Amino acid sequence: MSVGTSTGPAADTAPARRERRRTDWGKWFTWVVMAWLFLPIAGMIAFSFNDISGRQNVTWQGFTLKWYGDAFAYRDLNTALFNTVAIGLLTMLIAGVVGSLLGLAIGRYRFRGQGVTNLVMFAAISAPEVVMGASLLSLFLTMNISAGFVTILIAHVMFTISFVAITVRARVITLDPKLEEAARDLGAGPWTTFRLVTFPMLLPAIMAGGLLALALSVDDFIITSFVSGDTTTFPLWIWGATRVGIPPQVNVMGTLIFTVGVLLAVINVVVARRNRNPR
Amino acid sequence: MRTRGAPYFLVLPAWIWLAIFFVVPIVGMLSVSLMTGNVIDGFTMTWHFATYADAVTQYWPQILRSLWYGLCATAVCILLGYPIAYWIAFRGGSHKSTYLLLLLLPFFVAQVLRTISWKFILADNGVILGSLKAVGLLPDGAHVLSTSAAVVFGLAYNFLPFMVLPIYAVLERVDHRVVEAAHDLYAGRFQAFVRVVLPMSLPGVFAGVLMVFVPTSSDYISASVLGGTHNTMIGNVIQSQYLVNNAYPMAAAITFILMAILLVGIFSYARALGTEQVMEVQAK
Repeated sequence: MSVGTSTGPAADTAPARRERRRTDWGKWFTWVVMAWLFLPIAGMIAFSFNDISGRQNVTWQGFTLKWYGDAFAYRDLNTALFNTVAIGLLTMLIAGVVGSLLGLAIGRYRFRGQGVTNLVMFAAISAPEVVMGASLLSLFLTMNISAGFVTILIAHVMFTISFVAITVRARVITLDPKLEEAARDLGAGPWTTFRLVTFPMLLPAIMAGGLLALALSVDDFIITSFVSGDTTTFPLWIWGATRVGIPPQVNVMGTLIFTVGVLLAVINVVVARRNRNPR
Repeated sequence: MRTRGAPYFLVLPAWIWLAIFFVVPIVGMLSVSLMTGNVIDGFTMTWHFATYADAVTQYWPQILRSLWYGLCATAVCILLGYPIAYWIAFRGGSHKSTYLLLLLLPFFVAQVLRTISWKFILADNGVILGSLKAVGLLPDGAHVLSTSAAVVFGLAYNFLPFMVLPIYAVLERVDHRVVEAAHDLYAGRFQAFVRVVLPMSLPGVFAGVLMVFVPTSSDYISASVLGGTHNTMIGNVIQSQYLVNNAYPMAAAITFILMAILLVGIFSYARALGTEQVMEVQAK
């Protein structure tokens, strides 16, 4: 139990209860580190309102909203943003389906090749990104496939499948088999059982896996830089722009993406709370 | 018949995708590393093992530096991450998932952009150093950027949540009654932690080490943005050999050396602990 502070049962049931005398150092520590994590994001948001001329967005010049009105001023930046969103959504869809099937299989069945499958998934999660990017580049080169949108998508699906699969697998192994048996007793065929019983129970995990794939895809820089060819994504564009100075529109888009992330997270929490209540 | 075929039907798409775009490329890269030639005339297989010797003699400083930076960043992540995971798991109450979410929220902003943001904050005349110099707490020449500390800082910053989550997953499952039992047996707070909770959380720490050490020691974003020219890591070398010099055999050889070093460690550890357990920790 609460080794860090008091040992009474009250600390267990009412963690919000104020501490007598003893300072909760763990709490302070956690919040300070959290603040550290958010500091560069606060900087990004602040500088998206910075009233500068030109691209040298380093010192504070005053408040303005003009970059928000002018968010889409750079055409190649818009293309990069579009690519990032499109690849992210397609990755979420493809890796979501392929990874969920894989997660269902390894969580539910014993089959030949399972050990190898686990090993490959494990390797795909823990292999360094430069290795994955570089080896894919080698493959595309030797097969004369020109790098671009499709190769980025292929790469992103490749490295996110395993993450979706382990998320879904974790849910599959906690499912109560009696519910499916009950459905079968009530005359449902295997497909109907899956559609009306198994799938709805797996849906939260499938969605979580899909969102994870989306987040990983949108954030990825290293693998993408190897397989992108002339196609740019949002992180690649920022990287390329560091030499000439990053326009404030990048901070604006970063802030907007962050806001969408916050909204998704809030929705996720609300839905999870609501789903938890009936049980 | 139907149920016996079902698992293969389900895994087939993933098998195909991972085989073609993960397993085959890595084997292919191994073969490229033994070829000679250039981009214009093409590459031919000559079983040229000397590339590996060249790679090691030329780039051993970057290889060692990468492993060292990776170790330092991993250590920082344990020191910062363990108390946080501990506090959330034992003291988070009903807000546990909210804290975890807060920890992950910065990741909606691209790693590249966050690292560049740090570059501005830590700049010689930036918010932090600039103000410290203005009040005279730091000498005018003081700087943080382009030091090895800046690289380790950036690496630890970017990968901290990957340490917190696995440790949290394990601590969350620790039965509180076990700790109470330790207290009943007259273990003090410190003793109960060291002899009961800490050993139980080690699989999570190992999983976290894996999740942090591998990506940090092969990352090149932090080294490029925060490290200047004297702190390049092996990732920088691989990146420039592939994308700037087009020296594919050399690049493939270095990549393979990096992967060999990392994977030998990972797989021996995974064998000892079981891959399923490690993945399960990561899934939570």
